[in-house]
Amino acid sequence: MDLISKIKGAFRNNMRQYAMLIALIVIVAFFQVLTDGILLMPRNVTRLILQNSHILILAIGMVLCILTGGNIDLSVGSVVALVSAMSAFLSVNLGLPVPIAIIFGLLCGLLAGMWQGFWIAYIKIPAFIVTLGGMLVFRGINNLILDGQTIGLPQDYVTLASGMIPDFIGGNGVLHITTIVIGVACSVIYIILSVISRLNKVKQGFDVMDKRAFILKIAAIVALINLATYWLAMDDGLPNVFILVAVLIAAYTFLTTRTIAGRHIYALGGNAKAAELSGVNTKKVLFWVYANMGLLSALAGIIFAGRLNSASPTAGVGFELDAIAASFIGGASASGGIGTVLGAVIGAVIMGVLNNGMSIMGVSTFWQNIIKGLVLLAAVAFDVYSKSKAKKIA
Amino acid sequence: MVTNILEMLNITKIFPGVKALDNVNLKVKNGEIHALVGENGAGKSTLMNVLSGIYPYGTYTGNILFMNEECKFRDIRESEKLGISFIHQELALIPYMTIAENIFLGNERAKRGVINWDDTTLQARKLMARVGLKEKPDVLVKDIGVGKQQLVEIAKALCKDVKLLILDEPTAALNDEDSGKLLELLVELNQKQGITCIIISHKLNEVTKIADQITIIRDGSTIETLTKKNDDISENRIIKGMVGREMVDRFPKRVSNPGNVGFEVRDWVVYDPLDEDRIKIDHINIKVRKGEVVGLSGLMGAGRTELAMSIFGKSYGKRISGRIYKDGKEILIKNVSHAISQGIAYLTEDRKTAGLVLIDDIRRNITLSSLGKISKNGVVNESREVQVAKEFRTKLNIRSSSVFQLTGNLSGGNQQKVVISKWIFSEPDVLILDEPTRGIDVGAKYEIYTIINKLASENKCVLVISSELPEILGICDRVYVMNEGRIVGEMDAKGASQESIMRCIIQNTSEPIASGQ
Repeated sequence: MDLISKIKGAFRNNMRQYAMLIALIVIVAFFQVLTDGILLMPRNVTRLILQNSHILILAIGMVLCILTGGNIDLSVGSVVALVSAMSAFLSVNLGLPVPIAIIFGLLCGLLAGMWQGFWIAYIKIPAFIVTLGGMLVFRGINNLILDGQTIGLPQDYVTLASGMIPDFIGGNGVLHITTIVIGVACSVIYIILSVISRLNKVKQGFDVMDKRAFILKIAAIVALINLATYWLAMDDGLPNVFILVAVLIAAYTFLTTRTIAGRHIYALGGNAKAAELSGVNTKKVLFWVYANMGLLSALAGIIFAGRLNSASPTAGVGFELDAIAASFIGGASASGGIGTVLGAVIGAVIMGVLNNGMSIMGVSTFWQNIIKGLVLLAAVAFDVYSKSKAKKIA
Repeated sequence: MVTNILEMLNITKIFPGVKALDNVNLKVKNGEIHALVGENGAGKSTLMNVLSGIYPYGTYTGNILFMNEECKFRDIRESEKLGISFIHQELALIPYMTIAENIFLGNERAKRGVINWDDTTLQARKLMARVGLKEKPDVLVKDIGVGKQQLVEIAKALCKDVKLLILDEPTAALNDEDSGKLLELLVELNQKQGITCIIISHKLNEVTKIADQITIIRDGSTIETLTKKNDDISENRIIKGMVGREMVDRFPKRVSNPGNVGFEVRDWVVYDPLDEDRIKIDHINIKVRKGEVVGLSGLMGAGRTELAMSIFGKSYGKRISGRIYKDGKEILIKNVSHAISQGIAYLTEDRKTAGLVLIDDIRRNITLSSLGKISKNGVVNESREVQVAKEFRTKLNIRSSSVFQLTGNLSGGNQQKVVISKWIFSEPDVLILDEPTRGIDVGAKYEIYTIINKLASENKCVLVISSELPEILGICDRVYVMNEGRIVGEMDAKGASQESIMRCIIQNTSEPIASGQ
């Protein structure tokens, strides 16, 4: 009884996220049927990952901005454009080697983020206005650099953005063996970490999950990991960006849930005044969250430019809206303090599946926009509704 | 003509899992002041929410008779139409609108949607005169004090032709001076204009002063109704009914044994952050010995919170100057985290807006100011954190389902214990407690006083800011009296009385105290 009520409690606290996960599964199943099974074919799954990687990266940064108090960053699309233009300028016009150009590109995004962070955190101009300004400024710089032209990029960018990891072990032409090995290795690491953490908790006398439930959970996740890698191995293997995004998700989940910096971000969004009077340097937190957003936008910019094999004056238009929508669909609160990186990732995947599924079905982009807009509204309406219900209970 | 204007019969209200009201009966006579008292969470506000239609008909069981008519309110508008006005603890005024606009908000003097401003001003003046509010009708509400804002709320109720006025903790945010004036006004409205009042209050001295009848609610049930003429309505009698036991002493005993001076502030000067020429804290000198509890008394606006916050890492004010000594050595405090690392803690006046992250759980609130203690290389050790939180939950008796309960769902007293836990965990040598028992019930107050005593017995320096004079006298060893940004008196708590402190304030006030601010 006690166990059941605990599970129920945990479920209720994370209801939004579970609900979105369930929504994701339903949406996937829906399109799987409507597209006659094309959606989940290995080739299409690979395409889905490649097409949405930049939005996933942006959503990770955006959810941090939203966590600090419902602040959004409207400039990310323009930073994407700025960095893709810089990449072209550095590697094509100046002829710098690609790795150096990438480092400069990332630095450029970081600087753009720091510039905005400075105005938001230290001069206390609302984020909405600063980033609206940034949206215009960075787009303008992109246009200046490119002079309104579209410039092609060196092959290395394309490999990074659209390439697959090489099959070191050597495949049989049907399966990408390295991919499967990576899946197995990740599973082993995951099992070891989970068991260690559980043993530690038991040693300290904490309540832990029921043994059967624990084994079930591990089995489910291991199965999921291996199914995913096996699936991709049937095509060309793991895309480079998949590994990049997975590492980012893990790193930022760790940052937000396990570190002091993460705690400070949540506290700032939950109650800025209380956080400040508890010794949290709120200005510094806000500054670095926006600097980080700039850095991630730069990364997204490089990936996006690489995938399109070019830097264009209209690159990244509307990306900010996709990232913001993903964060809110994933359970972030518009007033800050509530939301998770994983939630934003789920939100971004929902958006991606909607885009991809409707494209396969040949739904016109006009209708696609309408449907995406309604999904966003429905997700947040559900959030508001469940919160008002929770309030009445309390 | 003494009939009951209001009868609430067998009201039962159930929230999922909790019976908030259990067959509560409340009978209010026409033309009386009826006080509703009880510990926090006893169900007073819930009962009034049922009455005013915030919890609509159908969500509770039982009957409401108002002026002998059965009422089934679906929302607040319906109860207001019949003349029931509910003034909440958190005032519902719009700061950037004028007094007149606020009074007639939702009830505009208009014809076909077009507002008649002359009539608005004229009527506002009349209403303001009735509540004794001496201001111009076109002053913005944000520019007047809380005391006067309270009067605006009452005027707003009067313009709706109120018959039954419900006030939830009307004096919680007011100093003694303003509270007195407000209570006088209520008595006057009651006697001269025949308005029946229900007042919810934790301040028992006020209740005994003005109420004709007192209904005591405990754990969702009516315990008893005391009538002024027939029953003993002393504070001790009421407390007994509220907590269900005789409270022998409202303040726990403590053997005070102060040591050397552990904390000292010299020549502290702070200017207003909005107007840098205006001095807010004027050359203040205070000392606190180790193991001593020192009170800082004064009216609202005396500068007590400003003093504390300016010391606590320059959280308030501009052009701060002065020296701070700890254990005889001068220390420099640049910001809040610097203050915490040097062993200074400040419990904020308002726990909801500045003390807690309400959407976060008990555990994370407790560790927020000392995350470094449970972390390695910036990574929080969560099991250690839970352990710490559990320890505090037991030690301070924080009533909650677990350390993972959101602080927003706790009662006031338990919220305050979480904030205190946070500061004890930061292991301070100096604690500044700003209104540590505001808005919490008698039982929880006692527990907080016990914690304060324990801190003092551990040789910490404790500075308590409080607007409640009995509290200052009950728990402190020594009292500083503050007025208009200066220390105007220092007295031994044993030799001091409420009168001597008030006298000290009044004698040192440069202008006669205007009502309100």
